[in-house]
Amino acid sequence: MAERKVSVTCIVCPAGCKIEVEISDGKVVNVEGNACIRGLNYAKEECTSPKRVLTTLVSVKGGNLPVTSVKTTKPIPKELIGSAQMEISKITLAAPVSIGELVLRNLLGTGADVVVTRSVRPTEAERGCG
Amino acid sequence: MACKIAIIGAGIVGSAVARELTKYEGLEVCIVEKEADVGWGASKANTGILHSGYDDDPGQFPKRARLCRAGNELWHKLAEGLQIPVKWCGALVLAFNEYERKVLAGLLSRGKINGVQGLRIVGRETIQKLESNASQEAVEALWAPTSGIISPYEATIALVENAAENGAELYLETVAKKIVVRNRSVVGIETDRGFLGADFVINASGIFGDILSRTAGVSNFSIRPRRGEYFIFDRDSKPKVGMTLFPAPRPETKGVVVTQTTDGNLLVGPNAKDLEETERESTQTTREGLDEVWNEASRLVRGLPPRGAAMRTFAGLRPEPNKGDFIIEAYEEPSGLVNCVGTRSPGLTSAPAIAKEVTKLLVERGTRLEKKRAWVSERRAMTRFRELSSVEKDSLILKDPSYGKVVCPCETVTEAEVREAIRRGAGTLDSIKFRTRAGMGRCQGSFCLAKLLILLERETGRRIEDITAKGNGSKIVFGKVRPEHGTE
Amino acid sequence: MREYEADVIVVGGGPAGLAAASSCREAGLKVLLVEREEVLGGILPQCIHTGFGILETSEDYTGPEFAEMLERRARYLGVEILLNSYVTQLSYADGKGVLLEAISPRGVETMRARSLIFSTGCRERNAFEIGITGDRPAGVMTAGTAQALMDLHGLLPGREVVVVGSGDVGLIMSRRLALEGAKVKAVVEISRYPGGLTRNVVQCLEDFGIPLLLSHAVVEVRGRKRVESVIVSEVDERQAPIRGTEAEIKCDMVVVAAGLVPDVGLLEKAGAKIDPSTGGPVVNEFLETSLHGVFACGNALVVNDLVDHAVEQGRLCARSAKSFVEGALERPDVWKMALPGENVKFVVPQIFSGRRETTFYARVKSPVRDCALSFKEIEKEIGIRAAMPAEMVRVKIEGTLLSSLGGTLTFEVRRWQKGK
Repeated sequence: MAERKVSVTCIVCPAGCKIEVEISDGKVVNVEGNACIRGLNYAKEECTSPKRVLTTLVSVKGGNLPVTSVKTTKPIPKELIGSAQMEISKITLAAPVSIGELVLRNLLGTGADVVVTRSVRPTEAERGCG
Repeated sequence: MACKIAIIGAGIVGSAVARELTKYEGLEVCIVEKEADVGWGASKANTGILHSGYDDDPGQFPKRARLCRAGNELWHKLAEGLQIPVKWCGALVLAFNEYERKVLAGLLSRGKINGVQGLRIVGRETIQKLESNASQEAVEALWAPTSGIISPYEATIALVENAAENGAELYLETVAKKIVVRNRSVVGIETDRGFLGADFVINASGIFGDILSRTAGVSNFSIRPRRGEYFIFDRDSKPKVGMTLFPAPRPETKGVVVTQTTDGNLLVGPNAKDLEETERESTQTTREGLDEVWNEASRLVRGLPPRGAAMRTFAGLRPEPNKGDFIIEAYEEPSGLVNCVGTRSPGLTSAPAIAKEVTKLLVERGTRLEKKRAWVSERRAMTRFRELSSVEKDSLILKDPSYGKVVCPCETVTEAEVREAIRRGAGTLDSIKFRTRAGMGRCQGSFCLAKLLILLERETGRRIEDITAKGNGSKIVFGKVRPEHGTE
Repeated sequence: MREYEADVIVVGGGPAGLAAASSCREAGLKVLLVEREEVLGGILPQCIHTGFGILETSEDYTGPEFAEMLERRARYLGVEILLNSYVTQLSYADGKGVLLEAISPRGVETMRARSLIFSTGCRERNAFEIGITGDRPAGVMTAGTAQALMDLHGLLPGREVVVVGSGDVGLIMSRRLALEGAKVKAVVEISRYPGGLTRNVVQCLEDFGIPLLLSHAVVEVRGRKRVESVIVSEVDERQAPIRGTEAEIKCDMVVVAAGLVPDVGLLEKAGAKIDPSTGGPVVNEFLETSLHGVFACGNALVVNDLVDHAVEQGRLCARSAKSFVEGALERPDVWKMALPGENVKFVVPQIFSGRRETTFYARVKSPVRDCALSFKEIEKEIGIRAAMPAEMVRVKIEGTLLSSLGGTLTFEVRRWQKGK
C-alpha cells in the first residue's frame, strides 16, 4: 500500500548522516545511510513519531521579571508544538516561583508535564531593569 | 508688548540664535523642531570641527569667511560657560605635491586676510613632531593652531538647555509646514500641530531651508543635500591622531578628514556626494561612499585601525546652497522673515557668530533690543560619572546608590545619569545616547538597550511599545510576546 | 569606599566564573566573585533552551537551570559574592598581584588579590562590523539583545524578522521568535554551510519552515525610523557580494547573530597579550595569561560552544590559581607553541610546557567528515567522525608525547589518511 521514502538529517552526533528511510503502511521497512545504531533509532523515530522538548515562557505576576522560562519534562509529538505553545501562553504564575515547580500536568494528554526552569523572586517594585 | 520670535529648526544654528535672543527683554523666543530631539539633522552627523577660517574665500563667500573666524573665537568662552566638550588641538592641512603646496600657500594668505591667528607652513620634520601618525609622504603642511574639535550634538543640546533656562520654549515633533504671510508681513508658522503666531520667523531649517523660504515667497536660492559618510572607531582603537588632519581642499569640499572626537574616538570622513532635491532624508551609508572615505583617509596617515574594526558607520547631509555662501538675510518683503540657511561647512563654527548677526538684522528691521539684567549665561552639563575621581564617585553613590548601577558597561554610564538625562528632556533611546553616551561604545547598545528601554518605561510611565529609538514610529518592541500571554 | 582582599578574585559570575570560584573554595582558597549584573549566571538565565550540562551531568538542562545549579554550589561552599559590581580598573604588578576598582550601589570597591581569574564572557559583533550599510533604523539588534528583550522581559522585538548568521545563536533565536508569534522570513548565512549544529538547523529552521539562505549576505538595511526591508545578495567564494543578485526581503527586524568576541578590554589594558585568532588572551596549559597569576576561562578565553567546556576551563583556572598562590606553578624556561595548521582556525592553550597531559581546544575552518586531527611534527592521528566549525574540538594529549616535541605542535584536520 502506501510507500514513501523520507530523507532525515541525523542530529545525534556532528556527522549529520543523511539517512534515507523507507516507510510502508506506516511502518519502517528500510533504513540506509546511518553510520551507527543511534542514528538508526533516531531516524526511525523521526519518521514515524518525531518528538521535541518544548522550552518557552510563561507570565509571572509580582516578580523581579515579568516572564519566566518553562520546559516540558519529556519530548512531545512535534505536531503538537504549536498548540502546546498556545496552552502554556495562557498561564500566569505568581512570584515567588522555583525551578522544578509544576506549571501544567499532562500537557495535551502527552504524559509530559510543564515545569519552571528559572526561579523568580517576589518584588515590591514593578520591574527591575534586569 | 512682547515680540514673538519663532525659530524653525533646533539645529546648531537655530539653537545658537535662540540662546542669543533670550538675552534681550521683551522677546518671546520659541523653537519649532520636527524631530523628537534637538540637533538631529546635520548637527549630529558632522566632523565636529571648529575651523580656523582660512578655507573661505572672502570675495566669493564673504559671510562664511567673516562668520567662521568670528565664530571660532566665540566658541572659546561659549564652550566653557556651557560646559561643552571642546579641544583646541589644532589642525594640519597636508600637501603631497607641488600643486598642493601652492594650494597651502593660498590658504595661508587667505587665512591672513580673514584674520586667522597663528597660521604657518611647516615642513616634514615639524609635521611628524606635531602628529606622529601623519603620512610621511606629506611634503608640507599648513598648521592651524586655532582649529579645534567640539561635540556638535552636545553643543546643540547645551545651547537649547541654556535658551530654555532663559525662557525659550521648545516644541519638539512639530513640523513647520508653511511660513504664513499676510499683507506682506510674517504672521506666524503653520505646523502639523496648529498655527503658531509670531512677529519674526527665523528660518534655520537646514536641509529644508529653501522649501520653507519659498512658502514665504522668497525663492532666490536653492538648497541641495550633500551627503558625507563616516567611520568611527571605539576609544581603544589604535592608531589615533592628536591633531585634525586635512587634505589640501578642493573647491567643493575640504576633503576627507581624520580626527579625534572630544571623547577620544577616531573619526574618519566625510566624502561629498551631491544628492537630488528629493533626497533630503537620504542619510544612508553606501559601500561606494565608505570605500571612497577609506581610500582618501588612508592617504593622510601612516596607519588607520583595521577597517573591519570600525565600531560604527554613519552619514549626514549638509545643506548646500546653490551660490555657496550662507544665506543670512532679513527681508523688506515679507517683513519679519529672517533666513538663516545654507549653513554648510563652516556652519557649526559660525553658529555663535550667525546668532549675533541675526540679532543685528533684527535691530536693522526696527526691533528695539535691550539686554536683560538677569540672564543665565552658564549651564551645568550632565554628570559624567566615568570622568570623576574614585573619591567623587564614591560620595555620589553614597548620596544616590543608582550612581553605582552601571547600565552601559562600555561607556560606564550609570542608572542615575540615565535618569538625569530623562529629567532633562530625553524621551527616546537616541536622546539618552547623545546626553550620556550610553550606546556609543564598543558594543553599540547591545548590552544596554534592554535596560534603557525598561528605564524609559519606568521613568516616563509610557507604554513600552510607544517608546522609540528616535521618535516618529521608530518603536523598539511591539508589546508583549504573544498577547494572549497570561489571559487565563 | 570598601576594600576587599582575597587569595583569588574571579571577575565574572557566569558558568566559568561560578565553577572557578567553587573550585577555589574547595581548594581552601579565600575567593571573591565579582559580578556586574544583579543576578549570577552570565548569559545562561536568558538561554531558556536545553543543551546545557550534557557532559557534566548527562542530563540536558536549560541555561537557567544549569546556572542555578552552579550558583547553589558556590553559595553552599561559601564563595563571597559581590553583585552589581562593575570592575572599571584592573592593575597588575608582577610579584604583587592585582588591584581592582569596581563601581557598585554600595560605593566604590577596591579589591586586592594575589591571583585573578578572568571570566567576563563575550560581546556580540554588531551590524556595522559585518559591513551592513544603508539606513540605521530601530529594529536592528544583536541576537543577545533580542533574547534579553524576549526571554527576560517578555517583549516582542519584531514581527517579520530576518536573521543574519546561522550559528547556534542565530538558529536558537529564530526558533524563539517563531514560537512567540513572529514570522522569520529567512536566515542569511555568508558561508556555504550552516554555522550551527545540525540538531539546531533541524529543530530551529526545518521544524518551522524557515528558509536558510546559504552563501548570502545582508548588504543593506532600509527604513528611516524602523526597519522596512533588507537587501540580500549572493556571495562568491571570497564572500564578496555578486552584483545583480540582490533581492529585497520586507521585514521589520534584523537580528544580527554574526559571532562573538571575547570581552577582554580590561585584560588588554593591564598588558596581557591577546591572540588575534581567538580574540582572547594567549594562555599556557594552566590557562595563565601573559600576566603571571592572571588566568582566563570561559568565553573570555575562547568562544565556547558547550558550557561544559567553560566550566572545565573554570576549574582548571582554580587549580592553577591554587598552585600559583602556593608558589608551586612550574613554568619552564622555554615554552612550546601550539599552532593552527591546515583547516584549523585556532588552538588554545597557545603555549605549553610539554611536562604534563594537556587539554587542547581547537576549531576547524570548514566542515570535514571522516577526518582526523593530525600534527605536523609527530605521527599521531586522532580520528574524529566529523568536524565542523560549530563544534569545538577538544583533545587531551599525553605528557610523554608533548615532552618529546621540539618547539611546536601544529594541529591539522583533514580527511582520514589511514584506511577506514
